[in-house]
Amino acid sequence: MTDRRLAVVFIAPALLLLLAMSVFPLLWALYLSFTDYSATRGGPAAFVWFGNYTAILTSAQVHQRALTTLVYVVGAVGLQTVLGFTIAYLISRRTHGRGLLTTLFLVPMMLSPVVVGLFWRFMLDAQFGVVNSLLGSLGLEPVEWLTRQRTALVSLIVVDTWQWTPFIMLIALAGLTAVPKYLYEAASIDRASEWFRFRTITLPLVWPLLLIAVLFRAIEAFRLFDLVYILTSGGPGVSTETLSFHVYKVAFLGFNTGTASAYGILMVLVVIVLTQLYLRYLNKLKED
Amino acid sequence: MAVSVNEAVAPGPVRDHAPPTRRLAGRGRSVLEIALLTLLAVVMLFPVLWMIETSLKENRDVYAVPAKFFDFTVTLDHYRDVFVSSGGGRSTLSTSFLNSVIVAGVSTLLATVLGVPAAWAYSRFALKAKKDQLFFILSTRFMPPVVVVIPIFLMYRQVGLIDSALGLILIYTAFNVPFTIWMMKGFVDEVPAEYEDAAMLDGYTRLQAFRKFTLPLLVPGIAATAVFALIFSWNEFVFAIFLTSSDEVRTAPPAIAGLIGGTTVDWGLVAASSVVFALPVLVFAYLVRKHLVAGVTLGAVRR
Repeated sequence: MTDRRLAVVFIAPALLLLLAMSVFPLLWALYLSFTDYSATRGGPAAFVWFGNYTAILTSAQVHQRALTTLVYVVGAVGLQTVLGFTIAYLISRRTHGRGLLTTLFLVPMMLSPVVVGLFWRFMLDAQFGVVNSLLGSLGLEPVEWLTRQRTALVSLIVVDTWQWTPFIMLIALAGLTAVPKYLYEAASIDRASEWFRFRTITLPLVWPLLLIAVLFRAIEAFRLFDLVYILTSGGPGVSTETLSFHVYKVAFLGFNTGTASAYGILMVLVVIVLTQLYLRYLNKLKED
Repeated sequence: MAVSVNEAVAPGPVRDHAPPTRRLAGRGRSVLEIALLTLLAVVMLFPVLWMIETSLKENRDVYAVPAKFFDFTVTLDHYRDVFVSSGGGRSTLSTSFLNSVIVAGVSTLLATVLGVPAAWAYSRFALKAKKDQLFFILSTRFMPPVVVVIPIFLMYRQVGLIDSALGLILIYTAFNVPFTIWMMKGFVDEVPAEYEDAAMLDGYTRLQAFRKFTLPLLVPGIAATAVFALIFSWNEFVFAIFLTSSDEVRTAPPAIAGLIGGTTVDWGLVAASSVVFALPVLVFAYLVRKHLVAGVTLGAVRR
């Protein structure tokens, strides 16, 4: 068998599966996004062309969901980055127990979002939740974490941060352990201060990797659905309704399949832009 | 080189020449750092410990106000309820666990069978628009699940794959193939192509050279990749909840989520089933701890 044929035989099945399960559905969604199709009503779909798109882009509702998503993504990813990097930095300065510590810190990331969401829902319960119990023993008033507009979004950010701080930590730790030792030794001979060493050696070398982690997390946070579904179902009111959750409501509760598809296509476009950024940075990093 | 976070590396700054006062300040700082690290570890692990503790409590202790941390009666009733239904016989939860094993297992196997040869081909051959192909493969993985699920739902409804294990297996395989290709390409890149060239000079065909010389060297990488695919399929929720509806087909994540549907929630049972469900994942994650960085970034970052 020639190399060319071998390559085709090895690659084609995987590509065919992706075409059938990703590209075809996406093209279907693209087609539906130009129609007023509804999954329950059935019947033939009428073309509305860019009607769905203009409706979404000019909808005040969608703007509000976009703002919620932005607050959530920036808040959660920002918190995770600061916390994750701090933990990684602290671990990297220890010689003993590093493996054990790392493994322990990674546990939240490995759990299913369903398990994480359910469990925090239990812990944040206003009446018998352990979080309010702890607040009570400190002499503080109980907080209605998931049933008040403002605290619900905060809770969502806290839970997401709990689950994904380990991700940033893991990547940051990989970067920190890869910093060559001799750089620190040279700095030490020059009597450079701790802060100076951190600012001129550690941070610049870890930065590219940290940025990849942040981009990756931003993409994931933007697509977040399961945690919202389990933790708050978008409520109270619409205070935790992210774009992903809104698409679900339009598609599966409102059955406006055409609108939901247009919505989805717009979200995919955002993700593609983010992915491009991610890959471009990755390539630059690999060239160095 | 793949990064292993377990390797002992010098703790950064060397302090040999520091004057005594600075050394003392360094020790104070060190104590502070350990204290901070311990505090962070406690905060991160508390929810998991609380989940385990709740799963072992009797109901009246679960709902106790203020929360009971130590003085409670230990019971395994909730764990029994996970597997045995109240009337005796197998519970719906245990059926869903079994479904999860089948769906996650088969989809991982398929993704490996499809992905590993493709990764090898991408690593070894100069192909037309290779970068674009790889980008396309990766991009399918980044699509928001809630968006993809709409057309998949319509497609499955047409061909009768709604509420079937096969439907879930297919979509999970499609989701794991990009991951497998990206991660395995990294592993194949590390095996020198010269091995195969040498084998071919000895009279083996390209395919034989791959099977007899490269493949055995890839086994640890394949195992690690498969474990990540397994964890993903095991934890997946969005497709599972929208593409299945009956108790016989449902996997564990939607089944566990279904426990909070009613007016009263049996949190002890939720905790016990969460623990049972999370246990295999934690064991698997421990097995692949050395490949975690590569695994969680789809193999894209390997330094």
